[in-house]
Amino acid sequence: MSARTVNQKAWWLVLPVVALVAFNAVIPLMAVVNYSVQETFGNNEFFFEGVRWFQQVMQSARFREALQRQLLFTAIVLVIQVPLGVAIALAMPRTGIGVSICLVLMAMPLLIPYNVVGAMWNIFALPDIGLMGHGLIALGFDFNYTRQPLAAWITLVTMDVWHWTSLVVLLTYAGLSAIPDAFYQAARIDGASKWAIFRHIQLPKLKHVLLIAVLLRFMDSFMVYTEAVVLTGGGPGNATTLLSIDLVKTALGQFDLGPAAAMSLIYFLIILLLSWLFYTVMTRDDAK
Amino acid sequence: MRSLKPLVPTLYIVFLMLPIYWLLNMSFKTTNEILGGFTLWPHNFTLANYRTILTDSTWYMGYVNSLAYVLMNTVISVTVALPAAYAFSRYRFLGDKHLFFWLLTNRMAPPAVFALPFFQLYSAIGLFDTHIAVALAHCLFNIPLAVWILEGFMSGVPKELDETAFVDGYPFWKFFIRIFLPTIAAGIGVACFFCFMFSWVELLLAKTLTSVDAKPIAATMTRTASTSGYELGLLAAAGALTIVPGAVVITFVRNYIAKGFALGRV
Repeated sequence: MSARTVNQKAWWLVLPVVALVAFNAVIPLMAVVNYSVQETFGNNEFFFEGVRWFQQVMQSARFREALQRQLLFTAIVLVIQVPLGVAIALAMPRTGIGVSICLVLMAMPLLIPYNVVGAMWNIFALPDIGLMGHGLIALGFDFNYTRQPLAAWITLVTMDVWHWTSLVVLLTYAGLSAIPDAFYQAARIDGASKWAIFRHIQLPKLKHVLLIAVLLRFMDSFMVYTEAVVLTGGGPGNATTLLSIDLVKTALGQFDLGPAAAMSLIYFLIILLLSWLFYTVMTRDDAK
Repeated sequence: MRSLKPLVPTLYIVFLMLPIYWLLNMSFKTTNEILGGFTLWPHNFTLANYRTILTDSTWYMGYVNSLAYVLMNTVISVTVALPAAYAFSRYRFLGDKHLFFWLLTNRMAPPAVFALPFFQLYSAIGLFDTHIAVALAHCLFNIPLAVWILEGFMSGVPKELDETAFVDGYPFWKFFIRIFLPTIAAGIGVACFFCFMFSWVELLLAKTLTSVDAKPIAATMTRTASTSGYELGLLAAAGALTIVPGAVVITFVRNYIAKGFALGRV
């Protein structure tokens, strides 16, 4: 990496990427910025409103509650998926046919369209005809995710764990296979315990992939939309109305373009800020 | 302790397979049997649901449309990402770090934020309800990802390879296509896989940008579910069929699947 030579002509190589991404990112983003400072009554008449929508969104209890639910959801999902994913990757076979079977089967949930995932779990958790709902009731639990907020949350989190833990597993597994055997041999000679091997050899080597895993899982869980909408529709009541669901309700349901645009920008900024925080905290030790 | 170790992945795979089993189970039942009561396996085994989907063009065209824009997107994303990843991996140039981070920030843009402006943008340039519109829109998150993965693989190739080729008098493009690309074939495979995957599973933008001619299978499913009551058997069969393309692709790249990330930088 350090041997990269200065060459300004390299800009020509990145130009197509910049053009395509800018077309898709900058124009829509400017449209959102445009809406966020104006009021419209239809007929293409717009009136400048300044920061009014931003103030309105920041002060609304509805936005704050949706944001709290979103933060809670992301926190729970990260706390479960990252350690679980690492544990599964550590227990996976290193050689033989088992590796292929594990990789193919584990990657399966990642390849199912989001709305199919939602529809699948919607039925799977139903108390009358779903395996999970029916099973829980047979075990004596009073479980109905269409009526009970707690049950809705449990189903939502279980679905996300089912859907995305494999990403952490695959990344961690790739990181583990990149550790040379010599490291383990040295540890064995020193008589290191399993925990010591994990703490002092595997964990430091996994830092890079874990950073990617945490960042990807953070961004995607913060942006989760389709699966959650198909599963619970934000209900019962507003119990599982996450930020993105609330946003789409405002933008497309009520057609409040101004507040929806202001909310979009605040939402995007929160993701950027938190991603930057994660990144800075996790790479801080390297800088020293 | 040693004998317990295989138990963890096994239990995890069982957990992963249960909902998929339930989907397959339903897809072989009639809607009456599904709603009639709780059965662990189909008592009146039927292939009627699959027959309907594979013979009715309003159903199977959904798969054709989805595959069309997913393949277009994969080709576009990986093709433009290849030279860019090479630039990031081999050269320093004005603003390279900022550019790389800016690309990644687009991976953080929630589709819900962009749905409405995308609709207006693609309507304005007359591409609404075409496959290419969805393929281009999905570039927003797939190009950054492809650049990220490919850059990782390219940085694993020693720089001496390039230098030797240039000393031997190869022009840049000839070297890039004839020598460099074959050496990172595995990386191209992984990038294609991830582009395919994220484009295949995305629905919000695909649905916003299409109405009839390019309607993705996932959108066909939501419509059918809401208008004609709940045709659960059909829905399950359609869902089960959406797993097939991904399962085919992953068996090809399973050994390389996550290595790209392990080598790259953030």
